[in-house]
Amino acid sequence: MRFMMIVRSDEKTEAGELPSRELIEAMSRYNEELAKAGVLLAMDGLHPSSKGFRVSFDGAGRSTVTDGPFAEAKELIAGYWVIQVKTPEEAVEWARRVPYGDGGVLELRQVFEATDFPEEVFTPEAREREQVLIDELKRKQADH
Amino acid sequence: MTSSDPNATVAAVWRIESPRLIAGLTGLTRDLGVAEELAQDALVAALEQWPVEGVPRNPGAWLMTTAKRRAIDLIRRREVLARKLTELGHELAVTEPEPGPEQLVERADGIEDDLLRLVFTACHPVLSTEARVALTLRLLGGLTTEEIARAFLVPESTVAQRIVRAKRTLAKAGVPFEVPAGPELAERLDSVLEVVYLIFNEGYAATAGRDWMRPELCEEALRLGRILAGLMPAAAEVHGLVALLEIQASRSAARLAPDGAPVLLLDQDRGRWDQLLVRRGLAALDRAESLSAAAGEPLGDYTLQAAIAACHARAVRPEETDWVRIAALYEALARRAPSPVVELNRAVALGMAFGPAAGLALVEELTEEPALRGYHLLPAVRGDLLARLGRGAEARVEFERAAALTRNERERALLLVRAKECGA
Repeated sequence: MRFMMIVRSDEKTEAGELPSRELIEAMSRYNEELAKAGVLLAMDGLHPSSKGFRVSFDGAGRSTVTDGPFAEAKELIAGYWVIQVKTPEEAVEWARRVPYGDGGVLELRQVFEATDFPEEVFTPEAREREQVLIDELKRKQADH
Repeated sequence: MTSSDPNATVAAVWRIESPRLIAGLTGLTRDLGVAEELAQDALVAALEQWPVEGVPRNPGAWLMTTAKRRAIDLIRRREVLARKLTELGHELAVTEPEPGPEQLVERADGIEDDLLRLVFTACHPVLSTEARVALTLRLLGGLTTEEIARAFLVPESTVAQRIVRAKRTLAKAGVPFEVPAGPELAERLDSVLEVVYLIFNEGYAATAGRDWMRPELCEEALRLGRILAGLMPAAAEVHGLVALLEIQASRSAARLAPDGAPVLLLDQDRGRWDQLLVRRGLAALDRAESLSAAAGEPLGDYTLQAAIAACHARAVRPEETDWVRIAALYEALARRAPSPVVELNRAVALGMAFGPAAGLALVEELTEEPALRGYHLLPAVRGDLLARLGRGAEARVEFERAAALTRNERERALLLVRAKECGA
């Protein structure tokens, strides 16, 4: 199973302040540990929301674009890791090892995988539509 | 801590810490069995103390220190024993002088080397394949005997026995705790990679089953492969194997139809391929190819297979597949590791790349191959090529022959449909 470890923004990350050399050093060691244990799939840090955009939709199918920064700093995401582990507890154990001195919040969320979609969501109709598409592709291939 | 089962938390700590712990302790004691016992003792100590004193900041270091103290006690006891035995006029056979307690504590570094030694020891050819697989999953994957047993659908006692016997065999054969050097390295690395590949296949080929543990075996193999790649960053074939596994794993969700029928590669919904794994696979392949090029060596078997898998992964739609390149890669693979099955795959690729006549020419050569006698895919491929050449009557015979040979009901049904489509 996969978990996303989400790092929340704070005033510092939103101000575009970079972490200290010590923290970067500690983080690199941590990331190496994740990679060497074979659990790290992906990771990224995000720029402050001042470099981001929000696209919102109204009921009539119109969309509006708002420039960052966004107000609720604590609700924003500053970075993430995606890890592959055997149990939720293992994900928590890895999260506990993130070298945060003080402050900082990590959120762990399980990532959806194809097998997580029950019939009600990925309906037989949807599957059938997909099959028509596949058949179409095959027919095209045969035409070649 | 979460409200979840404390045993599950301990299991998680064990999974994360045990490989390095056991590797480090085997480095000290030179005895896999003793090392595993010491590691488990340390874990028991943790179970007693952590709930009272809180989980230490660095659980791994805590466990290692605790285990090492016990190792030192053990060695001291052994020394006393050895002295007493000598006094009695006996000689204790020791191949190398045992390090003293002070030296032991200093040897904390080099844990990565110990981990690599552990991999090579667990996959030693003196052990049976089953034993290698079980020992690797146990020592490097941190899986319990129960989990291993469930994954391979064998009784737990069988796995436990296999592991005990494997440790005994290693000790008896005097297998040194080391990574071999020179030409022996390549040979032994083959065994290591094969174990990882076998574990993956056990999970991958069985995906049609209902057993929930099987996909976990794929994940386990992937994890082991990634660990190995981290330990041997300069070994091209290790990255080649990881590339192959990542790309194959990326297709897991697309390999089964809703009714449980297997979906062939060209019929799979590519939108369901896991693009994160595809990217990781392609990156690992790049690495394997550039390492091979830098060393001036030809691509290894796993790298070639990964390169073939990558041709499919790169094609957004099946008709964009680079069959010419796939045919060339199969030719390279056939040269390195000649096998009738590889040749048959090459025939398919030739048929796709240069037209059915090119594929058929190679298939005709294979019909006399004893290894393929009774292999249903030979007539199936032949039938497909003949059908595409408009030789319907001959194609029908081939499809019918293939249908009679396959043991899979769904495949038989499909082949009979194809036979019917060929007309009378």
